[in-house]
Amino acid sequence: MNTTNTQPVPLIEVQAVSKYFGSVIALKDISMSVNAGEVMCLLGDNGAGKSTLIKILSGVYRPSDGHYMVEGKEARFSSPREALSAGIATVFQDLAMIPLMGISRNFFLGSEPTKGWGPFRRFNVNFANRVTREELARMGIQIRDTAQPVGTLSGGERQSVAIARAVYFGAKVLILDEPTAALGVKEAGIVLRYIAQARARGLGVIFITHNPHHAYPIGDRFTLLNRGHSMGTFAKNEISREELTGMMAGGEALEELSHELAEFARTDEKAREALEAAAHGFEAEVEQLHIEQLPPKFVDAEQHYEQSLPTDGESNQ
Amino acid sequence: MSVITGERTVRVNPLRRLLIRPETGAVVGSIAVWIFFAIVAGSSGFTSSRGTSSYLSVSAELAILAIPVALLMIGGEFDLSVGSTVGATGMVIAILSTQYGWNVWAAIVVALIFAVLIGMVNGYLVMRTRLPSFIVTLGTAYILYGMTAGFTTLLTGLTVVNGVDQAPGFSSAHAVFATALGGGQQYPIEIIWALALVVLATWLLLGTSFGNWIFGVGGDANAARNIGVPVARVKILLFVGTALGACLLAIIQVMAFTNADVLRGQGLEFYAIVAAVVGGVLLTGGYGSAIGAMFGALVFGIVEEGIVFAGVDANWYKAVVGVILLLAVLLNSYVRKLAMEARR
Repeated sequence: MNTTNTQPVPLIEVQAVSKYFGSVIALKDISMSVNAGEVMCLLGDNGAGKSTLIKILSGVYRPSDGHYMVEGKEARFSSPREALSAGIATVFQDLAMIPLMGISRNFFLGSEPTKGWGPFRRFNVNFANRVTREELARMGIQIRDTAQPVGTLSGGERQSVAIARAVYFGAKVLILDEPTAALGVKEAGIVLRYIAQARARGLGVIFITHNPHHAYPIGDRFTLLNRGHSMGTFAKNEISREELTGMMAGGEALEELSHELAEFARTDEKAREALEAAAHGFEAEVEQLHIEQLPPKFVDAEQHYEQSLPTDGESNQ
Repeated sequence: MSVITGERTVRVNPLRRLLIRPETGAVVGSIAVWIFFAIVAGSSGFTSSRGTSSYLSVSAELAILAIPVALLMIGGEFDLSVGSTVGATGMVIAILSTQYGWNVWAAIVVALIFAVLIGMVNGYLVMRTRLPSFIVTLGTAYILYGMTAGFTTLLTGLTVVNGVDQAPGFSSAHAVFATALGGGQQYPIEIIWALALVVLATWLLLGTSFGNWIFGVGGDANAARNIGVPVARVKILLFVGTALGACLLAIIQVMAFTNADVLRGQGLEFYAIVAAVVGGVLLTGGYGSAIGAMFGALVFGIVEEGIVFAGVDANWYKAVVGVILLLAVLLNSYVRKLAMEARR
C-alpha cells in the first residue's frame, strides 16, 4: 500500500473533528482511526459524544471541523446510503429492521436478489431464504423458519442478523452502536464472538460501548471519550482492564460507589437478622427464610423494630 | 399443542400458523355471513345464481378499489381521494366521448393518464409536506370533487352526462369492461377484473422486490430509508396505484351505465379502507394482503345484498358495516399479537 510508511492506510480515519450544535460543543478535536482486521473500541459514559461521533462516521452528520478520510481520501457523505456504498455499514441501536417482516425479507430489504427478466423479474425467495439461513448458521444461530417475524427474535439474535447482513453485503468497516447494551451475558458473548469473526475476515470494526468488560476482551485499541473530548487512544498492551474501567468511571467516583455498595450489603444483613428475630417472635420456621432484596418499607420496619428493642422486645410498639 | 423438536424450538400448530395469516379473518368472516344470509334469506333467492351474481358484482367493484388501497395501507398511507377520483375520471370519459365526439378508447386513455397525475400529486404532496396522508388526500378529495362538479356543470349544464353508448368505440369498450358472462345467468365481467387485480397485487406484494419495499416502508419508513429503499418513490407509486384502481372502476361503471355522474364514487373511499382492514391490513401499515382485501370486499357484498334479500330495510346496512369494522379491528389486533409471539 504505502511504501514510504510502515503503517497501513487506515480504512477510516478522523483527524481533529469537532461538532457543534448551536453553542453546544458535542465533540472537540477527536482523532481516531480503524485499520483492516482490527477492533477499535470507542468507550465513554452516557453523554460522552459517542453517538455524535458514529453519526459523523456513518454519514448522518457532517463534522463542523476537521477531516474525515476513507482509505486515505477525504470523504463527504451526505447520507447513510452513501457511506454504505463506500463500504461503511452501521448497525444502529434501532437496527434498521422491520419487526413485522420475516427474517430473510429483512435481511435483503433494499437489495433483493432477483431472477427472470423484464416484467417477470421477481424476488428470488428461495435464494434469500437459503443465504439467510446459511449466514446465520455461520454465526451459530439456527433458524427453522426464515419467514419468522424479526420482532419475535431476541435482542442478541436481532443484532446478529443485522451484523450478518452488513458483512454479507460487503462492508469493509462495521460500526456497531452499543450492540451489547441490552443483552444478557450469554447473548452478549454471541455478539462478541461474531465481532471477532468479522475481524478475522479482515473487516475493520468500530465497537461503541460503555461497558469496558465487553470491550476489553475483544478490542485491539481503545479510544476513550469524556464530555466530548478524547482521553486518548490506547493499544491493548498499554492498558489493563482495571485502568480502562477506572479511566471511564473516573477513579474517585468508582471508589465512592464501592463504599455505597458495601453499605447496602450491610443494611441487607442487618435487615435479615431483624426479620429472623421477628419471625422467631411468631414461632415460625426460619430455615426457608431468604431475602434477596429488601423493599424500602422493610427497612423502615427494621428501624422501628430496633427502636422498640431496648424498652420491650415482644410488644408491637 | 406444540411439540418440542430442539433445545429451544417449538413446532407450531399448523392451525395457529393459519390463524396468523392476515386474510384468515376475512375468509372466515365471508363464510360466516354467507351461511347467515343463506339461512335467513335463502328462500328469497340469496343462494340462487341471481343472488350470487348480485353480491359478487358489488364485491368485485369494491375489491377493485380496496386492493390497491390495501397495498397503499400496507405501505403506511391512506388515500381518501379514491371516491372523488372515480367521479372525476368517469366524467372525463363521458365528457370527452359525448361532448367532443372522441373515441371511447381515446377517452379512456386520457382518463388513465389523468388518474396517474392525481396519484402523483397525492403522493408528492404527502412526501413533500410530511403531513399525514389522511388529511392531505382529504383535501385533494374535496378539490377533485369540487372541480369535477364545477367543470361538468360549466360544460354541460348538468351533473349527469348521458349518451356514452352513442360514442365511437363504445361497443368494443363495453365488451371489455361491462359485458356479462355465463349462459343463463349474468355474471358481470368486473368479477374477472377483480380476480386479475388480486393476482397481480399478490404477485407484486410477495413476488417482487417492490413488494418487499412496500412492507418495509410501511413497517418503518426510517429504517427502510437507512437500508436504501427509495421510500418516496415507493409511496408515490402506491398512490398512483390507488388512483388507477379508481379509474378502472370508473371505466367499468361508465360502460355499464352508459353515463357518468359527478356524485359517483362518493363515500367509497371509506368502504375501501374498511374492506382492507376487515381483510387484515394493519391500520399502522407494514402488514396485510391483497387476498385479504378481496375477502373484505366479499364480506361487504354479501352483507349489502343479503340485507336486501332478507327483506330488511337497507338503511340498516351501515350499522352492520360499523359492527363488522369494529369486530375486524379487534380480531386484527389479537391476530397480530399472536403473530409476534407465535414462534418464540
